[in-house]
Amino acid sequence: MSARAIFTRPARLAAIVPYLWMVLFFLVPFGFVMKISLSQTAIAQPPYTPAFDLTAGLAAIGDALAALSLDNFRLLISDDLYLLSYLRSLFVAVVSTGILLLIGYPIAYGMARLPRRWQGIAMMLVIVPFWTSFLIRIYAWINILQHDGLLNRVLLALHLVSQPVVWLSTESAMYLGIIYSYLPFMILPLYATLAKMDRALEEAAADLGASPFKVFWLVTFPLSLPGVAAGVLLCFIPIVGEFVIPDLLAGSNALMIGQTLWLEFFTNKDWPVASAAAVFLLVLLLIPLLVYDRLQRRQFEEVK
Amino acid sequence: MMAEELARTHDETEPGAPAAELGKPESSLPDAVGMPLLRIEGVVKAFGGVRAVDGVSLDIRAGEFLALLGPSGCGKTTLLRMLAGFETPDEGRMLLNGRDIAQVLPHERPVNMMFQNYALFPHLSVRDNIAFGLKRAGLSRAEIKDRVAEMVALVKLKGLEKRRPDQLSGGQRQRVALARSLARCPQLLLLDEPLAALDKKLRESTQAELMEVQRRLGMTFIIVTHDQDEAMTVADRIGVMNAGRLAQLATPRQLYEAPRSRWIAEFVGDINVFEGKIEARETSRLTVATRDAGTLAVVEPRDAIGKANVAVAIRPEKLKLSRQGPAVDVASAHAVNRLEGVISDVSYLGGTTSYKVKLDSGAVVRASMSNTTRLDVDAYGLGQRVVVWFTPDDCVMLDQ
Amino acid sequence: MAAAAVTAGKAGQLSRFNIASLALGLAFLYLPIVILVIYSFNASRLVTVWGGWSLKWYRELFNDAAMIEAAWMSFRVAATSATIATMLGTLAAVALSRGDGFKGRTLFSGMLYAPLVMPEVITGLSLLLLFVALNAERGFWTVSIAHTTLTMCFVAVVVQSRLASIDRSLEEAAMDLGCDPPRAFLAVTLPLIVPAIVAGWMLAFTLSLDDLVIASFTTGPGSTTLPIRIYSEVRLGVKPEINAICTLVIALIAVLIIVASLAAKVSSAKGESAAPL
Repeated sequence: MSARAIFTRPARLAAIVPYLWMVLFFLVPFGFVMKISLSQTAIAQPPYTPAFDLTAGLAAIGDALAALSLDNFRLLISDDLYLLSYLRSLFVAVVSTGILLLIGYPIAYGMARLPRRWQGIAMMLVIVPFWTSFLIRIYAWINILQHDGLLNRVLLALHLVSQPVVWLSTESAMYLGIIYSYLPFMILPLYATLAKMDRALEEAAADLGASPFKVFWLVTFPLSLPGVAAGVLLCFIPIVGEFVIPDLLAGSNALMIGQTLWLEFFTNKDWPVASAAAVFLLVLLLIPLLVYDRLQRRQFEEVK
Repeated sequence: MMAEELARTHDETEPGAPAAELGKPESSLPDAVGMPLLRIEGVVKAFGGVRAVDGVSLDIRAGEFLALLGPSGCGKTTLLRMLAGFETPDEGRMLLNGRDIAQVLPHERPVNMMFQNYALFPHLSVRDNIAFGLKRAGLSRAEIKDRVAEMVALVKLKGLEKRRPDQLSGGQRQRVALARSLARCPQLLLLDEPLAALDKKLRESTQAELMEVQRRLGMTFIIVTHDQDEAMTVADRIGVMNAGRLAQLATPRQLYEAPRSRWIAEFVGDINVFEGKIEARETSRLTVATRDAGTLAVVEPRDAIGKANVAVAIRPEKLKLSRQGPAVDVASAHAVNRLEGVISDVSYLGGTTSYKVKLDSGAVVRASMSNTTRLDVDAYGLGQRVVVWFTPDDCVMLDQ
Repeated sequence: MAAAAVTAGKAGQLSRFNIASLALGLAFLYLPIVILVIYSFNASRLVTVWGGWSLKWYRELFNDAAMIEAAWMSFRVAATSATIATMLGTLAAVALSRGDGFKGRTLFSGMLYAPLVMPEVITGLSLLLLFVALNAERGFWTVSIAHTTLTMCFVAVVVQSRLASIDRSLEEAAMDLGCDPPRAFLAVTLPLIVPAIVAGWMLAFTLSLDDLVIASFTTGPGSTTLPIRIYSEVRLGVKPEINAICTLVIALIAVLIIVASLAAKVSSAKGESAAPL
C-alpha cells in the first residue's frame, strides 16, 4: 500500500454523492429514453404504452417487455422527414464547423501572438459573450437582420441595395447565428494549444530556411492539431443537435433533427418517436466522440 | 568568510589522519556509542513490480549529516519519502529511537521534510508558513510567536515575515522552507535536493549555511542529492545508491580514495581503469599484468580479492607526468609504475590542467595537474612525449 | 518573468493580419450585443427607428407581471441549481484529481464530460421521461435538478483544472507538518481552489439563467422561466421591451464577471501564482 492512499481514500469518498446524482439524473434517464423509444404511442397521460409500473410485479414487466417493438425505429428509417432532417443536421454541422475553423484559427493565432499581459484580456473578451445568454445573442441578430433592421438600413443608405433584402428565415441567417454562437468554443481550445506551443520551434524552422508560410504549415499547424480536434468536436456535436438557432433564424421548409424532435414531442405529443429520434441522434454522435477518444489515447501513448 | 571557517572546522573534526581513516572498517560509525538514532533494516519498496528500493540497511547516529547520492532513479528519493511517511515500505523496518515508524502516518512522526521545490504554501505569509506546523502541534500563541521569531533569526529572514512566497527570491524561499521544516524540532530532518533550484554561487554559500545550522542545532540531517560536490561538502558520510541498493556508505574521503566497486569508482569523480590479471603476490604488494599498461605493482587491498581478473584504478590527479630525455628527474626514474606516451589533448581548467596521454599501447589515460605557478613553464604541449608514473599506494584494486 | 519579457519583446512580430483578425473577430462578437443594448433605450416603438434616449421600455417591463414572475423564477432556479451544482461539482473534481484510480472512475468521468457536448434536446427529453416515470410534479424543483445535473459538470471541469495545477507536494508538506488528510485539504488545498469554485458557481448560474431547451422539457404548466418567456415573445417578433429585459440580464452577468475577476485579482495578489516551478 502506498501511503498516498491516506489522502486518496477520503478523496474517493467525495465521489459518492456526485456519482449517485449522475447515475440517477443522467444514466437512468437514458434507460427511460431507450425504453420509451420501444413503446407505442397512446392517447393517454403519459402518452405511451406500455408504461412500466414497477408496482405491478414481475409478470406485468414480462408482458410489458413483450409489447415493446421496433416500430418507431422503422418509422424513422422509412419516413423521409426524419432521414432528411438527420442528413441536414450533419450537413449544417459540417459546413458551419468548417467555417468556424477558418474564422477561429486566425483569431486564436492572433491572440497567442499578443504580449502575455494582453493575452489574458483578449481571452476575457472572447469568453464574456459566451457568458451572456445564448438566446439574447440570437435575439440581438434578429434585431439586426429583420426587414427594417440595421443591416438593411445601412445597405440602403450606402446604396448597395435598392430595396430591403430578406435576411431572416434564410440559410445564411442560420449559419451566421451558429457561427456567432459557437465561435468562442472554437477559439478557446485552439488558443490553449497555440499559446502553450514553444515559440522556439517556429524560430528554429525559420532559422533552418522555412518561409513564414512553410513555418506555419509544417510546424505550427501540425502541432496545433489537438486543439483543432477539440475545437471541432466541441462545435460539431452540439450543432448537430441544435434547436434554438435554426428555429429562430432559418426558414421552416427544412428542419434539423433537434427541431424534428422538439416538434414530435411538443406539437405531435408523440413521445415514443421523439425518444427513438433521440436514441438515433445519440448513436450518431457517439461516433465522433469515440474517434476523438482514440486519437487522444494514441497521442498520449506517443508522448509516452 | 564564515563558510571558509566552517569548512576548516569540518576538516579538523574529521576523525583521525587520512591513512587511519582509510584503514578503518567503513561500516562502523565514527564515535558511535550505543543505539543509533535511525536504523533502517532491509527496506524494500516496489512500484508495479520494479524494486525502487531493494533491501537497504543503514544506521545513522544522532547529530550526523548524511547524504544519499546516486544517479536519477536509483531509489534515493523513494527512501527519503519512506522516511517522511509518504510511501510505506513493502518489507523491512525503520527504527527511529528504537520505535518502528514504517507504518506511522506522516503527520504522526517526529520527522520533517524540506521539499525539492520547497512546497511553500502560496496563500500564506512567511510567518504563517513557518508557524503552520507549530499550530498543528498545539502550541500556545505566545510560544508560536517566539519560535517563529527564533526561526526567522536563524535563517536570516528578519523583515520579510509578512511577504508571500511569490514575493521572495529563490534563495529566500529556500530559507523559508528550511525554517518551516526546522520549526517543529524534528528528530530527523529530510532534505530532498534542497539546493537544486539555486545557481552555483548561491548554492555554495547555502551549503555552508546548511552545515552551520545543522551543527548549531545538533540535529540529524539526511540530504538527497545528485551533486557529488554538494554531498562531499556538507555530509559527514555519504551513502551511494545504485539501482535501489546501497552501493557504499562511507566518509567522503573513503568514498573517493577507497571505492568499494568499479561502479562507485567511476561514478564518484574521474578515474583511469586498467584491466588485468594478478601475476604474483609479494609481501603487501601484488603484480598485475594489464592489457593496456603492462605490468603494474599495486598495494594489496585490505579485503583480499578472490578472483584473478582484477581492475587497477587510479585517479587522474595521482598520475604524475615527466619529460623524457636527458632531464629525467630522479623520482620518475625510480618509479615502479612507468608508462610512456604522447600528449593527445590539453584542457586548461583554471586551477588545474587536464591532459590526455595516448600510451604506446594505444590506450588513453587522463592526468590532471595543479597549476601551481602563473607561468606555463611546467605545461606540456600537444604531441609531446611524456612519462606517466605513479606509486603502488595510489592505486586501488577492484573487481572487474 | 523571463518568459513574459521574452513574449513582450516579440510584440513587434504581431503582423497586421494578426491584429486585423483579432479586431474583426471581437467586433463580430460584440457589435450585435452593443446594438441590442442601445436600442433598449430607444424612445420609438419601432425597434429600428431611433427616437431618442428613453427608459420607457424599462418602465413597461416592470409593469409586465408575467415577465417579472418568469425572471424571478429563473433567478431562483439559477441560484439554487448553481449552489447545489457547485458543491457536487467540487466533490467530483476532488475525487477525480485526488482519488487516483478507483472502481468506476471511467464511467464517472464519462458521465461528467458527456453533458458538456450532449445536445440539450436529448438531456431535456431524458430528464423529463425520468420525472414522468417518477410521477414528480414538474416545476421549480424539476428544472433546478435538471440544471444542477448539467451545470455540475462544468463546475467539475473548472475546479479539476485548478486542482491539477496545484503541486501535490503542498498537501504532502501540510501532512509532514502535522495535518491529517482532511485538515491538509482544508488548510492548504481548499484556499487555493476557492477562485475556481467561485468561477464555477458563476458559470453554473449563468448557464442556468440562459437555458431554454432543458427548462422547456422539464418545467410544468404555470412555472415559466425567463428564457421560455423571451423565446415565446421573440417568435412573435422583435419588441423593445425584450431589448430591455435582455439588457438587464447582460448587466447582471457583467456585474458578476467584474466581481469575479476582481476576486481573482485579489487572490492572485495574495500569492496565488506562486505555484512552484
